[in-house]
Amino acid sequence: MKEYTFKEGLKDGIPICLGYLSVSFAFGIFCIQSGLSIIEALLISATNVTSAGQLAGVPIIVGGGTLVEMAVTQLVINLRYALMSVSLSQKFGSDISMLDRLIIAFVNTDEVFAVASGKEHKVSRNYMFGLILLPFLGWTSGTLIGAVAGNIFPAVVIASLGVAIYGMFVAIVVPVAKRDKNVFICVIIAMILSCLFNFLTKVPSGFIIIICAVVASTIMAIVAPKEEVKE
Amino acid sequence: MTPNFFIYLLVMAGVTYLVRVIPLILVKKEITNKFLLSFLYYMPYAVLTVMTIPGIFFATTYTASAVVGLIVAIILALRGKGLTTVAIVSCLGVLVTELLITYVI
Repeated sequence: MKEYTFKEGLKDGIPICLGYLSVSFAFGIFCIQSGLSIIEALLISATNVTSAGQLAGVPIIVGGGTLVEMAVTQLVINLRYALMSVSLSQKFGSDISMLDRLIIAFVNTDEVFAVASGKEHKVSRNYMFGLILLPFLGWTSGTLIGAVAGNIFPAVVIASLGVAIYGMFVAIVVPVAKRDKNVFICVIIAMILSCLFNFLTKVPSGFIIIICAVVASTIMAIVAPKEEVKE
Repeated sequence: MTPNFFIYLLVMAGVTYLVRVIPLILVKKEITNKFLLSFLYYMPYAVLTVMTIPGIFFATTYTASAVVGLIVAIILALRGKGLTTVAIVSCLGVLVTELLITYVI
């Protein structure tokens, strides 16, 4: 079995870091516009490391919402991470200790999860630490830059950077969907469900992600169970 | 009384972290159930798809530029390009399209 190194992790973290720079940059600007200080913006990014949850949390802070509202909002938007963590736990090599899990969980973002899942073999402790390092730095420093100097950059550049994360998702999904027709079908089902829910219902986006992903994966797990998943 | 910033921060970061860490601590054994394994195999691709579609179409100033970015990404990914290449060239595709729409059309 191939062991992925720290260096490989770092390398795989570069595109995530680039994508995060742009998204967190926008978040930094958003914080300042909402009336938070630079330090507050930075603290939110450094302790949460998640895009959607942070975007939803800021208005609650500025608007003086209740703590229950904050907790429920974060739970709904971030519940997908629970699914991802279960999946990621199966991907961990035996050298990953409990303490490692506590640290990795902190930066188990959509993108980190996606890249780790996309690896052919189990991932080692060193690889995971390499993988989460740059994205974390990108996420926090991007927020800081956005908060401090957000209005210097032209809007068109910021808008273009907004697709970086999605481009990465595409780069993860498409090669597997090309190779495995069942994954392709799963992607089509997920796409249709997602559009239906987004355009026809008012279900909060956190729930939409969970419902669509669970339904699509369940259908495929029943119709086309994997014969050999283990390595 | 409105809670102060740090209380909000604590609740926000606390909930987010717990959602992430609890399954990672609890599920240590290797899952052997065939249905669960299959479910977990498909799940990442389903999640990423749901997050990309239709979200990407609202991530840019114009929907048209997002469509260009998506198509560029899919073509490059089909040709086996890596994450960084796909992400950057996709952004460039959006940038060029946005500039064209803004200044030419």
